[in-house]
Amino acid sequence: MILEQLINGITLGSIYAIVALGFTLVFGVLGIINMAHGEIFMFGAFIGVIMTSTLGLPIWVAFLAAIIVTAILGYMLERFALRPLRGKQGVSHLAPLISTIGVSILLENVSHHLFGAGNHPFRNAFADISFQIGSITIYLVQILIFVISILLMMALSYWLSKTKAGKALRATAENLETASLLGVNTKKIIVLTVVIASAMGGIAGILVGMAFNSVNPQMGLSMGLKGLAIIILGGMGNVKGAMAGGLILGLSETLIVAYGDSGYRDAIAFIAIIIILMLRPQGLFGQKTTEAGR
Amino acid sequence: MSKLVKKPFLLLAVLMLVVLSACSGGGSETATEEKPADEGGQASGAIKAKIGVISYITGPGAAYGEAITNGLKLAQKEINAEGKVDIELVIEDSAGEQEQALSAAQKIMSDDDIVSIIGPTLSTEMNVVGPEADLNGIPIMGTSTTAEGIPQIGEYVFRNSIPEALAIPASIKKAVEKYDAKKVAILYGNDDVFTKSGFDTMEKTAKDMGLEILTIETFQKGQSDYNAQLTKIKSLNPDLILASALYNEGAVIMGQARKMGIDVPFVGGNGFNSPQVIEIAGEAANGLIVATPWFGEKDDPKVKSFNEKYEAEYKKLPDQFAAQAYDGLYIMAEALKNAGEADRDKVKDALLEIKDLEGILGKFSFDEEGDVVMDPTVLIIEDGQFKQFE
Repeated sequence: MILEQLINGITLGSIYAIVALGFTLVFGVLGIINMAHGEIFMFGAFIGVIMTSTLGLPIWVAFLAAIIVTAILGYMLERFALRPLRGKQGVSHLAPLISTIGVSILLENVSHHLFGAGNHPFRNAFADISFQIGSITIYLVQILIFVISILLMMALSYWLSKTKAGKALRATAENLETASLLGVNTKKIIVLTVVIASAMGGIAGILVGMAFNSVNPQMGLSMGLKGLAIIILGGMGNVKGAMAGGLILGLSETLIVAYGDSGYRDAIAFIAIIIILMLRPQGLFGQKTTEAGR
Repeated sequence: MSKLVKKPFLLLAVLMLVVLSACSGGGSETATEEKPADEGGQASGAIKAKIGVISYITGPGAAYGEAITNGLKLAQKEINAEGKVDIELVIEDSAGEQEQALSAAQKIMSDDDIVSIIGPTLSTEMNVVGPEADLNGIPIMGTSTTAEGIPQIGEYVFRNSIPEALAIPASIKKAVEKYDAKKVAILYGNDDVFTKSGFDTMEKTAKDMGLEILTIETFQKGQSDYNAQLTKIKSLNPDLILASALYNEGAVIMGQARKMGIDVPFVGGNGFNSPQVIEIAGEAANGLIVATPWFGEKDDPKVKSFNEKYEAEYKKLPDQFAAQAYDGLYIMAEALKNAGEADRDKVKDALLEIKDLEGILGKFSFDEEGDVVMDPTVLIIEDGQFKQFE
């Protein structure tokens, strides 16, 4: 049983990690907690359901469509909910947070209206491919989720540290004005960041749909809150931290159910986060900055 | 600040006064109209009554509210066409939230023309709305509130839905007999009064029957991953799984269970009993056993004609919630007829008197507390269809 539970935990943790990656990217650059990220994730899952179950298209088309739709949603989020608030006099630093909460409520209700209440099954032959090792059934999707999350993390780290766009992004994150003075097109960089983060949310959405066979308009909320907890655990704006935090939360949740009481699942997982944060307030991978002392 | 706030309030107050006076004016008008009509033709001598409805119309369980309001509207149409009572429904949304259900109830209760309330949808909501209605002396009847202790809230609180305490033991007993089960695992949602009370009944029944309870696992509303709990259950090898879940979570649980190779039957509570389970879980839904007051495939002309009318109106087959709401309004109408006038107290007394009323669910009576007296049917899903479980 232990092996099966570990696989369950890693699958769940990898999904948490992908959601958290999107969160951490936006936070790292813009310093904004994007509360609409969970709902964009949910939209990605629904696009997956429509493409595969309703239209019967192959799974790669579903991925492509989900990425495109969530990227567009990300662009619109930046254009209509974040940009108008940026750099204006007298706008509270909490304003973008509130406007993303607004977007999340809007998206949840729009999807409720478009797709209807209740769970939608994700029927796809690909989700049923499995192999047996002893008494353990492993689904290809579970491996895929883990691989995709690792790949995304590595690609993101590489992109941020090695490429020109990544450097521009980090410069923007450090100081918006200075970066723009030095010739970085900060407007473009910010749009790019939000779009990439949203597309990652879309990918996570499809993976959840395939793994758990359940997609509903409310799934974004709990996923979003867990993603938020993970980036705090891993260190705000840190890519490796998001990955590690996701796996820690996923594994601890699963193991508590397996060897403890499922009623205390969230309680123990979040108590663990609180203890880690007491010992390392900046998060597991976070760096102490001068700002941290605020 | 205070000045800024005051002005709109004043405006609102004035507006409300205008609306109120308009309302009362309208009310007295219909009253004067009625009198001569009473003496005249008997067709227009129908008892006019406004009935408030509190239902779960938006949110994750909106499908319940949709079915309930559909059932009510269909019954309303038929009852009004009959001509003995003329019912007007005032429908309010509770969104499945206690606070919203309470404010909806207060809005309804403040309207003196409303004679009784049907709803709210969830037992959780009834627990806050029931005492308030009882205090205000307005009869309230839940058509889907099956948790324990609902009619015991007060003498004005009724229900026509078979409580879990009656339905669950019936289904567990039949399942245990058929599969010769000795070991069971229990799984339930621990953040909902309804699924929690279903679990209490399951645990009690299992203990009373001398079954070995291997493990008790919990989950929360809207969860999507149940693999951890199910893997644990699988390793314990139960003969039966008792699952107190709403259909939304329940269907996903069954899907994931079958996928990991758990093939024992599931016994569910009332919230698990919906055709939606088959729609969501597909083949994985086979082997779900539930007790139900409502069986749509029953060989009964009343049931058949209800199915036809409902499908013609709403383009889909009715579920238990639609059927219970439909019968619920008929019960209300019967009470109104017997009471002779739209008076809250008289309707309450008339409700208690109801005995062996033939509805689509079967023969219906209230006991002295306002609870249901009725026999449930036990069903099982086989080949993607609900069938009578023998």
